[in-house]
Amino acid sequence: MSETEKSTAMTKTGLTLGPVLFNWSPDRLRDFYARIADEADVDRVHLGEVICGKRQPFTEGLWPELIERLQAAGKEVVLSTLALPYNPRERASVIDFCKVGELAEINDLTALPSVAGKPFLVGPFINVYNEGAARFLAGRGATGICLPVELPIASVAVIAAELPEVEFELFAFGRLPLALSGRCYHARLHGLHKDGCQFVCDRDPDGLPVDTLDGQQFLAINGIQTLSNGVEAFCPTPDELAKLGVRRLRLSPHTVDMVAVSRLYRALLDGQASRGETLAALKALNLPGELVDGFTRGQPGSARVEMV
Amino acid sequence: MSLELVCPAGTPSALRAAVEAGAHSVYCGFRDETNARNFPGLNFSPDEMIEGVRFAHAHGAKVLVAINTFAKAGAMDAWKAALANAEKAGADAVILADLAVLDHAATHHPNLRLHLSVQAAAATPEAIAFYADTFGVKRVVMPRVLSVEEIAKLNAAIDVETEAFVFGGLCPMTEGRCSLSSYATGKSPNLTGVCSPPEHVAYSEDKNGTATRLNGFTIDRFGAGEQAGYPTLCKGRFMAGGKTSYLFEDPVSLNAASLIAAFAKAGITALKIEGRQRGKGYVTEVVRTFRAAVDAIDAGSTEVEVGRLLAGLVEGGRQTSGAYKKAWR
Repeated sequence: MSETEKSTAMTKTGLTLGPVLFNWSPDRLRDFYARIADEADVDRVHLGEVICGKRQPFTEGLWPELIERLQAAGKEVVLSTLALPYNPRERASVIDFCKVGELAEINDLTALPSVAGKPFLVGPFINVYNEGAARFLAGRGATGICLPVELPIASVAVIAAELPEVEFELFAFGRLPLALSGRCYHARLHGLHKDGCQFVCDRDPDGLPVDTLDGQQFLAINGIQTLSNGVEAFCPTPDELAKLGVRRLRLSPHTVDMVAVSRLYRALLDGQASRGETLAALKALNLPGELVDGFTRGQPGSARVEMV
Repeated sequence: MSLELVCPAGTPSALRAAVEAGAHSVYCGFRDETNARNFPGLNFSPDEMIEGVRFAHAHGAKVLVAINTFAKAGAMDAWKAALANAEKAGADAVILADLAVLDHAATHHPNLRLHLSVQAAAATPEAIAFYADTFGVKRVVMPRVLSVEEIAKLNAAIDVETEAFVFGGLCPMTEGRCSLSSYATGKSPNLTGVCSPPEHVAYSEDKNGTATRLNGFTIDRFGAGEQAGYPTLCKGRFMAGGKTSYLFEDPVSLNAASLIAAFAKAGITALKIEGRQRGKGYVTEVVRTFRAAVDAIDAGSTEVEVGRLLAGLVEGGRQTSGAYKKAWR
């Protein structure tokens, strides 16, 4: 074992709470993060509106107090930027977010000039499919990369092995972010125009399920975003993760008890609970969909978790 | 300045057809996973590319080679070979999306002109300036999320050329940011250059008609006697919020022909026709029609006259001008 491998194996695997992808009210967000600060077993928390620029005005005043609250509780705070900015206000928000002073996670290359010369994180909305792209971003200051959800697990190992200095992270829990669009599907479904959307996406705090005509649970919509209906549950053993070279897992917030989810994953990563125990406990929670993990097994992402 | 018409060439014979029908440029790819139309029976061998470029250049047309997928980890050789073969063939530009491929091209093929693929989804002055400053990208294909007005503003804020899709297949999702196909089938545009791949398609008949499925997921249902369409995932009918609808997009194709003059006014350099999977008869008709329209606008014709030229193009399928008009959103 090389020195790097040794230190990797000995470091505790990080656990991240990703940004809330859904249209939650400021009150709900304040309550949610207060509990996360006090009780969740995660060491890093991402804040910020990642999906829709139209939602930003409702929450932008909230972040300073939440940053303080979470930091006071010992959490590392990361500000995640918008994944598909295009109008001037959205672009300005991306640039501003990168300049607050906290560590920024970029989700579109629009943010790259704004993080020049300082460390930053790369979110799962940026296309890092190979070691060349990862190396390029690391050369620009990326210290951590959350890889795209569809990236084959074999590619994860190749990329991580090439860049031991970068902390690679995988999306481990939650509905999978699958697609973004210029069109708002919530507005379209409700017969509204995006510009006059009435923020109807706030009715579906875990996204709105999309079933096939034969009643199969398939996808979910969240404004301009399409997610999986299935809930990703990547539950590796500590050894499997070390072999992959992955040093951090991401939990994506849902209305389910995220404190409970964080504790289950912490126990799994610390070797105190088996994969089977963790999956059974996750399944017992009030989840919005079936457990899936195909992407992490070289299968279609919709492949169900095989319970042990 | 005239608009450049960039036309699809899925095969050497489609390339010749497009050039003869008046294409200013054609775009095509190699027969492997390096391009986003990696379908059986399509694309070019390195030798066919050399011959295709020779033919196009002899007729005053340019060839743009699409190497626009994301290189596979630990296996970048196919993408490196595609860049080398494009340069060897004398391609006028390569169309790229992956940071690793762009970086390799800028470092090892400094004489190749680089275009940024729609798969890179660069929609802001900041992102475009990054690609231009870092890799010397000269042209950006516009993501299909921007309206014509937004493209005009964008053009005023950047120093590189822009190219916009005007006709053909339409993705309602931001290209290069979509994993719907791999969620259902394990294959996707970014991973393997295919979407809703044919080997996962099944048409099954029962007493209610025909169901079209993609790896077991029902994408649409058709009544007896109805023509069953291909199950492209985002053009299917689904149930959400108690309603059954074409939630993401109707089974339509893009036709922004009525906006050609607006595109020219917005400062767009080139108009792109989608359809590398189409045969040469289709390519000939569409290219000839669009070339006549572009020339007419160049000569100062009115919108009505141009509209008359394009009227023959509607081939029964339903069409939309997509995101170019803000109401689409």
